[in-house]
Amino acid sequence: MGATLADFGRDPLGITLVKAVFLFLFLSLGVVFGVWFERKLISRMQNRIGPNRAGPFGILQSVADAIKMGLKEDLFPNTVDKVLYLLAPVIMVVPAFVAFSIVPFGPKVWMFGHQTPLQLVDLPVAVLFMLAMGAISVYGVVLAGWSSRSPYALLGGLRSAAQVVSYEIAMGLSFVAVCIFAGTLSTSEIVNAQTPLWYGIMLLPSFLVYVVCMFGEAARIPFDLPEGEGELVGGFQTEYSSSLKFALIMMGEYLHTFTASGIAVTLFMGGWRAPFPISLWAGANEGWWPMLWFFIKFVLTFCFIIWVRASLPRVRYDQLMSLGWKVLIPVNLGWILLVAAVRTITQSPGVVSIALGVVIAVGVLAIWMRFDTAGLRRREARKAQADAEFEELGEEPTAGGFPVPPLDLPHYHGR
Amino acid sequence: MDGYFGSYAVVGALLLIGVGIFAGAMTANRLLRPHRPTPEKLLTYECGVDPVGEGWAQSHVRYYVFAYLYVVFAVDAVFLFPWATVFAAPGFGVATLVEMFVFLGFIALGIVYAWRKNVLGWT
Repeated sequence: MGATLADFGRDPLGITLVKAVFLFLFLSLGVVFGVWFERKLISRMQNRIGPNRAGPFGILQSVADAIKMGLKEDLFPNTVDKVLYLLAPVIMVVPAFVAFSIVPFGPKVWMFGHQTPLQLVDLPVAVLFMLAMGAISVYGVVLAGWSSRSPYALLGGLRSAAQVVSYEIAMGLSFVAVCIFAGTLSTSEIVNAQTPLWYGIMLLPSFLVYVVCMFGEAARIPFDLPEGEGELVGGFQTEYSSSLKFALIMMGEYLHTFTASGIAVTLFMGGWRAPFPISLWAGANEGWWPMLWFFIKFVLTFCFIIWVRASLPRVRYDQLMSLGWKVLIPVNLGWILLVAAVRTITQSPGVVSIALGVVIAVGVLAIWMRFDTAGLRRREARKAQADAEFEELGEEPTAGGFPVPPLDLPHYHGR
Repeated sequence: MDGYFGSYAVVGALLLIGVGIFAGAMTANRLLRPHRPTPEKLLTYECGVDPVGEGWAQSHVRYYVFAYLYVVFAVDAVFLFPWATVFAAPGFGVATLVEMFVFLGFIALGIVYAWRKNVLGWT
């Protein structure tokens, strides 16, 4: 049976502790083996072997790295702001841990003679809570960049903050459509509401926008500009030598990826519910089985993120921002209004719905005409400009004494 | 640990546990790691060349504009979520929908203004 909001806050202290320890272990081991898994998988995609020295299949590589980072000399450069420099990694990593606590791993199960949901905590505003924790991590990024007293770190911190907050808005807006259908922000109840159909299928545009935002928010390739090595050295973490603090920053970023995958599974892919062929079996959504379905979906989502990393190059920063603000946010706002309008029309009596439908149709048509004429005018202007340029250059073939390439290249004709 | 605030108490406790774990890790790290600073090690790294001048770079005012835009849209989202939760409940209906159209219209005006003023572009 799926849990509801009323089932939370009733656990004895012991069970809460067991669940909290499980969550910390799951995430810590997840980071250690996730790094190894990612390196191994991306190596295979790039036709190489990847880590294979430490332990069988190199499985202990990340463990070795973690031990090295824990024991390495840690530097505080002379000019840094010592307190903030030390605090920034903690500010990044702790909210990343806490954000995962609202992800449901399964329905209610019997644990030590108590019936308890397989989820550490659920709030009436769980989804907002997840967004808020993501926003707090941004403070860590900005403070890391600011306290380092290094131009590259500062620029990296600012870039990262602007990127993450922009994509967080689009991400939040993509949750609104889910919220309209689920009627709640509690993650366990959102999973319950996905019984006939997953929201990822029903609200496909929201899901697609979320998938794009997921990469922006977790700063993964193709949107990993905060650490664009080619232009910013190491971004906001330039001054963190490979010590424990650097390990914490990396861990925080990895946990963001995990949270993004977990939220994708929970809000759009049916959470712990069994996928279609398995869901025909009556016992699939009972007891401890859902944890397995959740884990499989979670790993597959994570693999998808790695697959994208292997396939796509990094985008340019202005492209990133204009995608966020000029495409994702307006599309999302329009989609929310469309979803809400359709839902109202299907619920309200005939005359009102027809009137509303006409108003919406006229509005959409008007917006489309407006933008289309604008596009048309721009295209014509560009063509006229290209033609003028071509004629001007055609009259003086040497262009002020300099040899020029042949002027019948296609782009001079605006094609 | 029960009732409405029970869950929030768990969240608070989790935050404290998290801070505790990482404070512990950093203390252990402090006891275990070697500490042999030299003047070269204590320079900021920047890009590998010795740093010149002040550590801070001037950055574009654009980031400031984006911070403002973020505040506008974050507040917008905060109003959207409660609306979306009660939207489908009986007794709300068309009037609620139209109100949200009007509200989002004003918000959209903001982004269109920013767009026309070219602050969304990056060059």
